[in-house]
Amino acid sequence: MDFFDIVVSILGSTIRLSIPLLFTALAGLFSERAGIFDIGLEGKMLAAAFASACVAYVTGNAWLGLLGGISVSLVFSLIHGFASITNRGNQIVSGVALNFVAAGLTIVLGQAWFGQGGRTPQLTGEGRFAPIILPFVDVVRDVPIIGPLYANVISGNNILTYLAFAAVPLSWWVLFRTRFGLRLRAVGENPGAVDTAGISVTWLRYRAVLVAGFLCGFSGAYLAIAQSAAFIKDMSAGKGYIALAALIFAKWKPVPVMFACLLFGFLDAFANFMQGKAVPGIGEVPVQIFQALPYILTCILLAGFIGIAHPPKAGGVPYTKER
Amino acid sequence: MSGFRKGKARRVSHNPAIELVGIDKSFGAVHANKNIHLKVEKGTIHGIIGENGAGKSTLMSILYGFYQADRGEIRINGHAFSIKDSQTAIASGIGMVHQHFMLVENFTVLENIMLGAEGGQLLAKGVSSARKELKRLEDEYDLKVNPDAVIEDLPVGTQQRVEILKALYRGADILILDEPTGVLTPAEADHLFKVLKVLRDQGKTIILITHKLREIMAITDEVSVMRRGEMVATRKTAETTVEELAELMVGRRVLLRVEKGEANPGKILLSIKNLTVKDSRGVTMVDNVSFDVREGEIVGIAGVAGNGQSELLEAIAGIRKPASGEILIDGKPIANADPARLRELGLAHIPEDRHHMGLVLKFEEYENAVLGYHRDPKYGKGALLDLKAIQAEAVEKIEKYDIRPPNPRLKTANFSGGNQQKIVVAREIERDPKALIIGQPTRGVDIGAIEFIHRRIVEMRDAAKAILLVSVELDEIRSLSDRIIVMFAGKVVGEKTPEADEQTLGLMMAGIAA
Repeated sequence: MDFFDIVVSILGSTIRLSIPLLFTALAGLFSERAGIFDIGLEGKMLAAAFASACVAYVTGNAWLGLLGGISVSLVFSLIHGFASITNRGNQIVSGVALNFVAAGLTIVLGQAWFGQGGRTPQLTGEGRFAPIILPFVDVVRDVPIIGPLYANVISGNNILTYLAFAAVPLSWWVLFRTRFGLRLRAVGENPGAVDTAGISVTWLRYRAVLVAGFLCGFSGAYLAIAQSAAFIKDMSAGKGYIALAALIFAKWKPVPVMFACLLFGFLDAFANFMQGKAVPGIGEVPVQIFQALPYILTCILLAGFIGIAHPPKAGGVPYTKER
Repeated sequence: MSGFRKGKARRVSHNPAIELVGIDKSFGAVHANKNIHLKVEKGTIHGIIGENGAGKSTLMSILYGFYQADRGEIRINGHAFSIKDSQTAIASGIGMVHQHFMLVENFTVLENIMLGAEGGQLLAKGVSSARKELKRLEDEYDLKVNPDAVIEDLPVGTQQRVEILKALYRGADILILDEPTGVLTPAEADHLFKVLKVLRDQGKTIILITHKLREIMAITDEVSVMRRGEMVATRKTAETTVEELAELMVGRRVLLRVEKGEANPGKILLSIKNLTVKDSRGVTMVDNVSFDVREGEIVGIAGVAGNGQSELLEAIAGIRKPASGEILIDGKPIANADPARLRELGLAHIPEDRHHMGLVLKFEEYENAVLGYHRDPKYGKGALLDLKAIQAEAVEKIEKYDIRPPNPRLKTANFSGGNQQKIVVAREIERDPKALIIGQPTRGVDIGAIEFIHRRIVEMRDAAKAILLVSVELDEIRSLSDRIIVMFAGKVVGEKTPEADEQTLGLMMAGIAA
């Protein structure tokens, strides 16, 4: 395999590995911009993956599977909202709890329903999102450089991949060009300003966490019924946390979120590629080093080396009217 | 609600703009408002004055729909209104400028003004009409502000202007301002008062909540006094005096002037030599400052907030490392001494901000009463604290300083501002230090407590202590100090006696004259 083929192959898997991060980081973006920390992204993704696999298996329809994933993720969001908005609980505790619930419940229910050790049965045909071949692939395949990139990186992805990239400008537009977005950003900075403007802080924050749940539904479904063809226990494997890291890395802005996710996806793809291979002059490097890079990069960012990341000011603080 | 109401025809009627009838509100055991009756006439500036905790803010929050009254009726222009939430209040023409601004700091002025009145689902639609309306308001009321400026880049006075514009944009006819001058420089306060007069002359009704008597006398038409949840009196401002209002507020006669005799300065105790201090961004905040404070004198530092006084205090207190220069206590240089070491050397510090530096609000009173001195052997052995001894001493201080409620086990957050400040003052003064540095001794403190704290400071002076006082209240500086040093832009611009007139000092504070 020559160098160019390797690049194309790594870029292809970069895209595939970035998509769950992208959906999840955008989910976190909406929640955290509204002042609700969401450490439970991981759990929502996992629960959605499981639900989508189950529904897709039973109905044989990937779209219904996606719907199932979204619904379960929304329920998780409502619980998070109930704990941290209505009852003003600690958002981190609530999120961590939901992660545990998701990790345990998916295995228990999976075993009880399908008896395959936490796996769901293999999906076939309409049960999963198949790759879409874009037009003219055959025509341009032989064009140097552009051809293989088009055929193997841009084309040949499933519909959720394209939706994820479409979600980036859409998120930007919602956050910065609509009334909902203005209020959402305001409530994450100074809920008092929103409250005194006669807008319900509670309802606004609920809507934000529901948007987060909606997007996590996509990332879960992507894992189980697009990238794979079944739910495997713990299949989110820390992606929720990496997405959170990407969100911080991108300083809570939609377009940078996309690039951060692509970077972290690339690191993941590169780590896979380097598995068992020797780095010239150094020898074989443990693959964990590459897997740790997203976290290391985020720490470097937080330490102030790559500009300053200002989280939303009211993030993590339950809103109480002052006396 | 979307949009705003403009050019609303003013109805000619003789109903008061606001009438409160028998408003009653309790929070648990605390009876915050007791059967309040109040009439505010249209087109007037009506002051509401009272000490901290008298119930002013609660009453206004009820009017603005933040809380619901347990009993009573609100009438606006003669019609009974049930104000369920802020939205209803806004719709009935009430606007509020909060003490702590309700602005989103990383938003532009325009975004802040539009928030809650965007004029449609998409922002683009509302923006141009909002710009036009903002321009009209700016011109009509002389409230200049750049709509595209980001709030956090604006000075405090301008931020407040944005709050006022926000209320006007929503069509407010009745404007409530809660302690509006607390964060303003004297010049900004003067400008605010001009704006308020313009607003009144244009027919708006203004309610001004404050605890500063001078403001009441300067600007209001009528004034109502609250004390312990009750409305005790309403007067025409022209027919009352500062003394009468103070007495009504506190419930007894108070001394508004500080009584003190001649100073007897002795040897130099605290000496500042060519001190330069930079802030965390590396900006020079204190620029080559030198002065001495002697035993038995109070040296006051006058200046508009943000001209280096805070950094000067922090450097002397050992919290901020000076970039260059020397600080001497009793002739000994104290560079690099940490606050604990400075306390041993006899330097006590009453910090500017009791919430951030002076107290841990979640601690019980007695814990705060020894904070910083807890290593003293009389408070315990080794790693263990002698809680009995600490509490016994706390009780003594509570009695001596009349701290209320007299309960050393109460969480500090539950004390009023004045009593919290007394906890800090008692802690620092009762150590019998040689030198005392004090920042904003009476910020957010009620009149009764101000009188007490001022008296204690003068007593310290008469006991031959060296006292350095920083305050943004020029009156306070003038009435307490034996010498006044004026700071502007980090430099000492001059020294005056307390007899210097306010105008001279004001010009020096503005950097105009030396």
